[in-house]
Amino acid sequence: MQALQEGDRAEFAKVVKAYSEKIYRLALKMLRNQQDAEDILQETFIKAYHGFKDFKGHSKISTWLYRIATNEALMFLRQKGEPEISIDKQVRVDDGQSYTPTKIVDWCCLPEEELMSSEAMEYLDRAIEQLSEAMRVTFLLRDLEGLSTRETAEVLDISEAAVKTRLSRARMHLRERLSGYYGDVLDSLPIETSHQGQDVLEGS
Amino acid sequence: MDQERNCQELAAYLSDYIDDNVEDEALCDEIEEHIHECENCQIVVDTLKKTLYLVHASAEQTVLPSQVRERLYHRLDLEAFISADDNS
Repeated sequence: MQALQEGDRAEFAKVVKAYSEKIYRLALKMLRNQQDAEDILQETFIKAYHGFKDFKGHSKISTWLYRIATNEALMFLRQKGEPEISIDKQVRVDDGQSYTPTKIVDWCCLPEEELMSSEAMEYLDRAIEQLSEAMRVTFLLRDLEGLSTRETAEVLDISEAAVKTRLSRARMHLRERLSGYYGDVLDSLPIETSHQGQDVLEGS
Repeated sequence: MDQERNCQELAAYLSDYIDDNVEDEALCDEIEEHIHECENCQIVVDTLKKTLYLVHASAEQTVLPSQVRERLYHRLDLEAFISADDNS
């Protein structure tokens, strides 16, 4: 840490190597634009390099970097005004007081090539994009980047209870959306394949 | 009707449940018992787990393109530290 604070380039390069892919992935899933994600990636490490001297070491470097990246991405979204996502759409996903699932379809039995098709992955990304900023960033830090509830709370400066609430809503929303999508996929498959799914369900 | 109310109430805990993070043991037992008896909630739990599996799989597919890495190292004046394996 001392070497980083003294501006050691080799040590800084090690940090960049360790975290650049994670930061890029987070920014890309947040912003869904490669150029914007690249800008956030660069800004994050420029700010980190200049900020190391003030880094107190109270948190892990990864948590600190995620905080810089998250703030940069959120600031970018606010400046941009997120025109592609209507405000009422975000509110609808964010203020869901009810957790009640409405789509009950067992799509777990679908073949891997259907689950992981490029169309399905694109649909998943769009569903993530529809989450409010607060829910999206919480979900991405926790489930995409694998931070613990505590680390996520630290990055976002919110309580662990708030992380759990946002995460639960985000996950349930995505499950609901994917159930709609894969339900249609199941319906479009030959009857024999669809029946296999039912058999798995009934036998469980 | 009771069954529906239970499904609705317990849905709020399913995210914690799949993380094995329900601290209240009695509640955890209640969820397990309910899922065992309720086919719909079993499907919700299974598809919730599968949703996270797909998110993780999607994350693994997202890599840092080599040109983006090169421009990053250039911007940070770290070209001397970009190794051959980084660009593979």
